[in-house]
Amino acid sequence: MRSVRALAVAVLSVLAISDASRAAEPKSGGIFRIYHRDSPGSASIHEGATYSLNVPFMPIFNNLVIFDQHIAQNSTSTIRPELAESWAWSGDNKTLTFKLRKDVKWHDGKPFTAADVKCTFDLLMGKSQQKFRQNPRKSWYEQVDEVTTNGDDEASFKLKRPQPALLSLLASGYSPVYPCHVSPAEMRTKPVGTGPFKFVEFKANESIKLTKNPDYFKKGLPYLDGIEFTIIPNRSTAILGFVSGKFDMTFPTEVSIPLLKDVKSQDPKAVCVVEPNNVSTNIIINSTAPPFDNLDIRRALALALDRKAFIQIMFEGQGDIGGTMEPAPDGLWAMPKDMLEQIPGYGPDIEKNREEARKLMQKAGYGPDKHLQIKVSTRNIAVYRDPAIILIDQIKSIYIDAELDVVDTAQWFPKIARKDYSLGLNLTGNAVDEPDQSFYENYACGSERNYTNYCNKDIEKLFDQQSEEIDLDKRKKLVWEIDRKLQEDVARPIIFHARTGTCWKPYVKNVTIMSNSSYNGYRYEDVWLDK
Amino acid sequence: MFAYIVRRLFLMLVTLFGISVIIFVLLRVVPGNIVDILFDAAGFVDPADKANLERELGLSQPIVIQYLHWIGGLLHGDLGYSYVSEKPALEEILPRIPITARLAGLALLFSASIGIPLGVISAVHQGSKLDYALRVVSLSGLSLPSFWLGLLILMASVSLFGTMPIFNPNPKTWIEALTIYAVPAMAVGFRSAALTMRITRSSMLEILRQDYIRTARAKGASEASVNYHHALKNAVLPVITVIGIEAAFLIGGLIVTETVFNIPGIARFLVEALRWRDYPIVQNLVMFIAVVVVVVNFIVDMLYAAIDPRIRFGD
Repeated sequence: MRSVRALAVAVLSVLAISDASRAAEPKSGGIFRIYHRDSPGSASIHEGATYSLNVPFMPIFNNLVIFDQHIAQNSTSTIRPELAESWAWSGDNKTLTFKLRKDVKWHDGKPFTAADVKCTFDLLMGKSQQKFRQNPRKSWYEQVDEVTTNGDDEASFKLKRPQPALLSLLASGYSPVYPCHVSPAEMRTKPVGTGPFKFVEFKANESIKLTKNPDYFKKGLPYLDGIEFTIIPNRSTAILGFVSGKFDMTFPTEVSIPLLKDVKSQDPKAVCVVEPNNVSTNIIINSTAPPFDNLDIRRALALALDRKAFIQIMFEGQGDIGGTMEPAPDGLWAMPKDMLEQIPGYGPDIEKNREEARKLMQKAGYGPDKHLQIKVSTRNIAVYRDPAIILIDQIKSIYIDAELDVVDTAQWFPKIARKDYSLGLNLTGNAVDEPDQSFYENYACGSERNYTNYCNKDIEKLFDQQSEEIDLDKRKKLVWEIDRKLQEDVARPIIFHARTGTCWKPYVKNVTIMSNSSYNGYRYEDVWLDK
Repeated sequence: MFAYIVRRLFLMLVTLFGISVIIFVLLRVVPGNIVDILFDAAGFVDPADKANLERELGLSQPIVIQYLHWIGGLLHGDLGYSYVSEKPALEEILPRIPITARLAGLALLFSASIGIPLGVISAVHQGSKLDYALRVVSLSGLSLPSFWLGLLILMASVSLFGTMPIFNPNPKTWIEALTIYAVPAMAVGFRSAALTMRITRSSMLEILRQDYIRTARAKGASEASVNYHHALKNAVLPVITVIGIEAAFLIGGLIVTETVFNIPGIARFLVEALRWRDYPIVQNLVMFIAVVVVVVNFIVDMLYAAIDPRIRFGD
C-alpha cells in the first residue's frame, strides 16, 4: 500500500514538474495591454525628456548596446550588444568602435547600416543638416568629437578625452538609433525603427498601438502580437481598469505606495514590485539674492530637514536617504552610510541638527521674535506640492515662516530661469545611474539644468577627473567626494529618493522593472502572456 | 418674425467675432506658449532653437497678423495644424465631436425623460411623502459632484461585476456600445435631471394654481389631461430654457466625466490642448463650442414661439 502511495506521489510530482516546465515555456501571441499615464507630446524619444515617451516607444527601436532587460540594476557589467555585435575601446580609451549586425532591417524594409548610426549621433550633436525641434541630451555627447564609419558594418565614436561613461549613456533607453532616411518630423509622428514592434498609430489622449515586427533580427521574438497603451490620465480610473482586468499591467513605476495597497487588496493575485526610480526630491535655493545669499541660512535650511519624516509621511517608510547619486544598494555610486551621516543635516539626531540650525539663524539676525518670511515655490503637481508642504512645516522649527507658491507647469522653468524664486521644491530624474549624466547636467557651471546656477570651479575639475577615470574603484571614491562636497555646499539639498510601484497580472511573464532608472527597461521583446 | 431672425443671426455673428478676439487674446496673455512648454519639459533651453521653433510655428509674428491668419484660414475651412501632433487641427477635432455629442445627447435625454415626469409627479403630489422623497433625490443630484458619482459607479461596477464601463473605440456588442455611453451619461445627467425636475416642479406648481386649470377640472377633464395637456404645456417654457442651457454646457463642460470614464471627447481634448498651449486646437475648439452655444440659444428662442403661440418676436 505504502509503495502504491509513494508511486502515486512520484507520478504526481513528475506531472507537476512537467506542468511547471510547460508553463515556463514562452507562448507566442496576445496583445499586451498597459494604461499610459498621459499623452506624450510626440513619438520621438530623442526629442523628449520624460519616460512617458520611453515606455510606449522604446519597443520600436534598438540601441547599439542596451542594459540587460532582465537585470534590475543597470551597470556597465549588464550592458549587452543590440545593433552592435561587439564593441571595443582603443588603447588610449578615446575611440569606441562598434561592429554592427548585418541582418537588421528598418520597419520599412530598408537595411540598417553604419550610416544610420552616424546620422543619429550627428543629429544629437547638432552636426547634421536636419535638426531636432528639441535636443535635450545634446550635452551627453559633449566629449564626442565625431562619429565615423568604416563600411556598412562598423561605427566609431572618437572622443576628445577618455569618457568611460559613454557606453552606459549609449545603453540607455534614451539612445535609440534612428534611420537616416526618415526625417525628425516624421519620427515625431510615425516613428520607424528596427525594434521588436512596429508603430501602428498614436491617437493623442487616446491610445498608442504597436504590432509585432515579424522580421525582427532576433529570430523567434517578439512573443507578443502587439502592445496597446490606453491613455488614462485619471489615476483612479486607471487603477480600477487594471483591477477589473482591462489592463495587464499598470504604467511602470507609477503606482504610489498607498495605491499599491489598494491594488493588492482588490486583486490579491496581482504581482507588484516596489523599486527606487532614481528620482530625487530636492530643494533649489536662489543663492544670488537675499536671504539665501547668506551661506549660514542655507546651511541652517539643510540642517532643519527631517528626511525620515518625509519618507514616512509620503511613502509609508519606503524611500531612501542619500546624496545626489541614488542610494545603495540599488544605486551604484552612493556614498557609504557612515560618510553620508557625517554631512551636516544627515546625522540621526534631528533635534541636535535643528538646534545648530537655530544658532545659525540667530547669527543671521533671525529668532523667535523675528521670523524669516519666504515663499516656497513648486509646480502644481501632487508629487511636488506634497513634499513642499512638509518642508514648510519643518522649517518653521528654525524661525522660517514660508508660504506655498504653486506654479503652473508651463511657468515653472521660466520662473526658475528668471531667478524669480527664493526657495523651490524640485524633482530631478536621472536617466542613467551615472555620475557624468548627473553632475554635468545639474551642477556644472552654465549647464541649462543647473537651475540654481551653482558654480564651483574646483568641484568642476573633479567632475572631469572622475569622468576620465578608467579605474572603477578610484572613480567611485572621486564620485563620493564630489557628492559630499555638493551636499556640504548646500548646492541643491537632496531630501529623499522615492520608491514607486508597478503591478502586473500573474500571467504576464518576463517583465523586469529597473531599480536605478525609470527610463531603460521597456524593450518588451521577450515578454509573453501565459494565458 | 423674419426681421427678428435676421437680427438674431447678425447678433450671432457679432458674438462669435467677439469670442474669437477674446479667446485669441486671452490665450496669448496667459504666460507661456507651446515652445516654452516643450523646452521646459526637456529642461534644456537653447535660445536659438527656441527662436527657430517660434518662427516655424508663426509665433514670432505680430498678434494681429496671427489673428488675421487664423480667421482667414477659418473662413476657408483651414483650421491650421496642431502644434503637438503636427496633424491638421480639423483631423484632430472632427472625430471627437460625435463622441461628445453622443454623450451629451444621451445625458440630455436622460435628464429630460427623468426630470420632467418626476417634476410633474412631485408638483401634483405636493406635500406628500412621495414629493419629499423626490425632493431629496433632486437635492442629492444637485449636490453630488459628477466626478464623484462617476468614480462611485466605476468602483461599484468593478466590485459587483468585475468589469467597468470605460471607453472602448471598438465595442464588441451593442450592449457594450450602449454601456460605454449610457453609464457616463447617467452620471452627468443625474445633476441635469435634478435641475430639470426642480424647475418643472416649481413651474408646474405655479400653473396648477391658475384659474384655467380649475376650469379644466370643473369641465370634467381627467387628472392626466389636466396635468399633462393643460398644465405641463404651459409650464414647460422655463424647462426648455434650462435644457437649452444644459445642452450648451454639456458640449464643453463634460471634462470631468470624460476624464473619469476616459472618453476621448472634445472637453478632455480641450483641456489637454490648453495644457500644451496648442493654440490652433484651443482656438478652433472654443469657437466650435461658442457656435454650438449660440445656435442652441437661437433654437431655444425659436422653440418658445412654436410651443407658446402667444409669443411673437418683434412683430
